[in-house]
Amino acid sequence: MRFRVFASSCVTVGCFAVSVPALAQHATAEDIADGQRAFASSCAVCHGPDGNIIPNIDFSRGLYRREYTDAELVGIIQNGIPNTAMPATARMTVAQAERIVAYLRDLPAQDGDSLIAGDAARGREIFFAKGACDDCHAVAGQGSRKGPDLSRVGRERRALEIEDSILNPTAVVQPNARTVRVTTDDGDVVTGRLLNQDTFTVQLIDDDEQLRSFDRSDLRNFAFVASPMSSYIGTLSAQEIADLVSYLVSQQGS
Amino acid sequence: MQASIRLAIAASVLAGTAAAEVTPERLLNAADEPGNWLNYSSTYDNQRYSRLDEITRENVGGLQLQWIWQASSLEKFEATPLVVDGIVYTVQAPNDIIALDAATGRVFWSYHHENDPNGRTCCGLVNRGLAIHGERLFMGTIDAHLIAVDAISGQLLWQTQLADPAEFYSITMSPLVVGDKVMIGTGGGDGGARGIIAAFDVATGEELWRFFTIPGPGEPGNETWSGDSWRRGGAAVWNHAAYDPETNLAFWGTGNPAPDWDGSQRLGDNLHSDSVVALDVDTGKLAWAYQFTPHDELDYDSTQVPILADVEWEGRTRKGMLWANRNGLIYLLDRQTGEFLNGKPYVAVTWMDGFDEKGRPNQVLFPTAEGAEFKPHVHGASNWAPASYSPRTELFYVSHWEESASIAVAGEFPRTADDNPRQTGMGAISQLPFFNDDDEAYGVVRAYDPETLDQVWEFRMADITWAGTLATAGDLVFGGGREGYFFALDAESGELLWRAAVGGQVNAGPMSFEVNGRQHIAVAAGNALFTFALP
Repeated sequence: MRFRVFASSCVTVGCFAVSVPALAQHATAEDIADGQRAFASSCAVCHGPDGNIIPNIDFSRGLYRREYTDAELVGIIQNGIPNTAMPATARMTVAQAERIVAYLRDLPAQDGDSLIAGDAARGREIFFAKGACDDCHAVAGQGSRKGPDLSRVGRERRALEIEDSILNPTAVVQPNARTVRVTTDDGDVVTGRLLNQDTFTVQLIDDDEQLRSFDRSDLRNFAFVASPMSSYIGTLSAQEIADLVSYLVSQQGS
Repeated sequence: MQASIRLAIAASVLAGTAAAEVTPERLLNAADEPGNWLNYSSTYDNQRYSRLDEITRENVGGLQLQWIWQASSLEKFEATPLVVDGIVYTVQAPNDIIALDAATGRVFWSYHHENDPNGRTCCGLVNRGLAIHGERLFMGTIDAHLIAVDAISGQLLWQTQLADPAEFYSITMSPLVVGDKVMIGTGGGDGGARGIIAAFDVATGEELWRFFTIPGPGEPGNETWSGDSWRRGGAAVWNHAAYDPETNLAFWGTGNPAPDWDGSQRLGDNLHSDSVVALDVDTGKLAWAYQFTPHDELDYDSTQVPILADVEWEGRTRKGMLWANRNGLIYLLDRQTGEFLNGKPYVAVTWMDGFDEKGRPNQVLFPTAEGAEFKPHVHGASNWAPASYSPRTELFYVSHWEESASIAVAGEFPRTADDNPRQTGMGAISQLPFFNDDDEAYGVVRAYDPETLDQVWEFRMADITWAGTLATAGDLVFGGGREGYFFALDAESGELLWRAAVGGQVNAGPMSFEVNGRQHIAVAAGNALFTFALP
């Protein structure tokens, strides 16, 4: 069963949307997926995963500084905008830039796919009660610090990705959410979330929310282990998951 | 041996008190002045080997911090300093020359070059170092100028423009001074800028000769480019050259052909991209060339720093050139003729499966619409960081990546082959936590036998590395990495003997000098230059 749920705050499509020009109409699903990858690696760091972080620009709603043709957007991706933070990307080919544009043009259409509208307020209740998400995660200082903090998850990840993580949490684990288990020479076993590592040392937060640092030379064993998070399929209804996703998407940090 | 070193040191100190002039003879015989560091790699053979032997395997554990010089620049710090008679000359990126007291790290003067706003590079506004002749320091600039600055006063003497930065030309490499010529090459190959190597009169800046790495119409090799693709074909020159006084040849590594990923626009082998070109220093004429990666579509620049060493090969001593290439292959060439003597993968390599007798690789994998997994990564097995060679151990020390990969899509920027965004960073300063999994790429310092090119030992890091290595007469190899450690290894076994947490990634080659009778080891890490010595 696939859910397609979006935060209610994201569904205000229309008033700003520009017409979808020819390029996007001819783009294949593969082009769009490729554009999405390139957007995530080259653009999302400033524009955010939904392209809505920079004021008055929201790609997810088709909102740009002004109406641009596809060719103009390709030019901006390649050459940047002088005297702004938008840099040139010298190595970007026209074909690649076109696929990013195809993805951008497709974003508002994706929002239109929404099947179930979530309610962020109800999602908050689920986060802290029925879903017990706060046993491992915190939002705005409330909850556990064991798992990744979700106070800014709405900026960092797209609604679809958040939903996928709730339904199938072990499928794609973010690099900063990996769980490790170390065994010291004394036989102590410590499990926690990896915070950092290098050739000589390991840093993690353990299950008691304590920051721990180990010298590798003091460890008998160091291993990545499966995420302790289990799927919410069967635990939460489709509507409850939609509500939870809405709540998490609304977490934009302070 | 000990006595000769002491004599040489005494001679250099005397020279220093008499005059700071660095004559061509001093540059040629830099090995006789182990207390100084007169060329980018100390000596013209680029062995990056210090003949100072005060710091040894036995006492290296006692190394202590002496001073730190903090650059007021957030660009990557890739320069190797020069040291001339107690004065350190280095570059604050992009193009400020700084003169420091080698004993204290205090600044004598700084010179600021204001770059043309058109000046840009693919991968950071960096500079890898200076050259000196007499009392003139030379630096290439991001806006493709070569400038000469007085080593005593820090005042500009002359400047000349090699090429137009608006056409993506830049200079990031350190110049090479031989005799009364200063030579340098141009970067910008990723933007299509056709590589230039040029020589100038040290006194006046007058251009003496100019060599294009891509042959023009009517020149041999031009036919290896379809149509007009040679005009914007790249093959940039952006790392230090080696010089062989015996043949008067200088050896220059060249970069990738452009456009980087779309070979369909430049059918053919694309000479002399991804090659080493041997040029006569007096005339700039090509003596020989060898291409490491014909018709490259993975950005496998051959801009590693060539190392010259005499190597036993099939029962006789050959005038060798050692090269651990970005394409994952390690080579022994004859530097007098360019003959391919030996070559093999030194990391996981998927794109070729052998060489013909002339050393042309047999490519078996090509970029596809779906994406093909190329090993090594687009950033390579090695990249630009200088390797080293010890004539004592007769081993070749290279820091590089292992098990790195890219997904090569026809005509497009290759995708990263794993989900760790840090694997793709082009040496950018980063204090981000590191989450590498065991099966992802990692960094190593390895020792290779120059004849068999087989690995002798390995020091493995968790993260990848952009640091160079330094070999010393104390039988030590110094190295570092992106994690912000600087360390000393046993040159014979690779055993870790000492380390310092320098708090910023090492993006440069270490070097060694002597001041006040004590051997120092210096390396740039993060945005600072660190020096260490025994108490």
